Amino acid sequence: MTPNQPINISTNQLFNYTLHLADNNLILGHRNSEWTGHGPVLEQDIALSNIALDLVGQARNFYQYAAQLKNDGSTEDTFAYLRDANEFKNVLLVEQSNGDWGKTILRQFLFSVYQYYLYQQLEKCSDRTIASITEKALKEITYHIRWSSEWVIRLGDGTIESHARMNNALHELSEFTDELFIPASYEIEIARQGIMVDPVFINARWREKVEAILREATLPFLSEDNNKQSLSGKEGQHTENLIHILSEMQSLQRAYPGCEW
Amino acid sequence: MSTKQQNINHQSFSEAAIWGLMRQIYDPEIPVISIVDLGIVRAVEVSSTVNNLNPKIIITITPTYSGCPAMDVIGMNIRMSLLEHGFKNMEIKTNLSPAWTTDWMSAEGKEKLRAFGIAPPNPSQSVCSPAQFQEEEVVQCPHCNAHNTKMVSRFGSTACKALYQCNECQEPFDYFKCH
Repeated sequence: MTPNQPINISTNQLFNYTLHLADNNLILGHRNSEWTGHGPVLEQDIALSNIALDLVGQARNFYQYAAQLKNDGSTEDTFAYLRDANEFKNVLLVEQSNGDWGKTILRQFLFSVYQYYLYQQLEKCSDRTIASITEKALKEITYHIRWSSEWVIRLGDGTIESHARMNNALHELSEFTDELFIPASYEIEIARQGIMVDPVFINARWREKVEAILREATLPFLSEDNNKQSLSGKEGQHTENLIHILSEMQSLQRAYPGCEW
Repeated sequence: MSTKQQNINHQSFSEAAIWGLMRQIYDPEIPVISIVDLGIVRAVEVSSTVNNLNPKIIITITPTYSGCPAMDVIGMNIRMSLLEHGFKNMEIKTNLSPAWTTDWMSAEGKEKLRAFGIAPPNPSQSVCSPAQFQEEEVVQCPHCNAHNTKMVSRFGSTACKALYQCNECQEPFDYFKCH
């Protein structure tokens, strides 16, 4: 392939899917990094910063692959710093505000479990690069699930105050979980090509794990019909939250394009 | 052309010689262990050319963790070392699969970690599952060798380490966690 040659439709769907995977990780990694220096205790501040680092590292691997697929001179930085909100394909869950520590933990837990079952499929997929990136990432996600589920239980089954906060967090985040399993146009296409399974496929496993932890945390289950959300982050329709994240994260590159230090 | 470059003979292009150079490059965050002892260098290839002049050196490395910030520095240090020794034609490849594991760390490397005050990874991978509240690994204190230690946090000063404290000598220490 020579530079500037438009990519064909099937590569384009793989490109979109790769960006979607990258965006999920970058945005959640960025959200988590907002806690750096502000965690409730030093060890947990470091833990969440470590998770942020893993997520941003995984995002870089996906962005580098996306740049290779696009083959027009784009780099990982072009995708992270020079796209607008409507070009981001992350799910709405990861862009939600940090709220309190409980909400941040719950968001991480709900996403990590999704990522774990999804990547178990992707590490076996027919695309060699995506398989390698996800094989590597899975080892890290294993730690993220352990850490976040222990905190969900500790807080849910903790004091009256921590239980109430976890209840609120669950209430605030549950409307964004259904989107994880509603396939976007590019997910349908790459599932058709046999690169990836339909995300619906991992829904039952996700729910089983999440419910087991919520039960132990004495928190209510997520109801099946709580999806009041009409937006699709995967298709570039976002909540206002993403605009705030990008305006901060991209400000330097927007003001001084190509700036390095 | 520098003297160094003129002196390069067939012998210095051997893969063994390049491995020797790699053993002199240390991890920027744990400066007592080489990138070979850590298991980061996965392959060294010297591609042959017709007259064996200016053969290409291909080094394959793998990150310990996806977001390890030391990787860029390690790649640069490899480049610098090869240039210093007169090798210009090089490629540094990053390979993610098979994923890095602490099993690739050499026995010598583990001993160096212990001497530096970092508990080396246990040989067993048995606790690497997502289940919550698992029994923690028994980690030996690198200072007083007691096994009576406790985990303070699963995440430490770098992605590859956990924070522990010894119940005997009370010293905190890093544990290079099994991965």
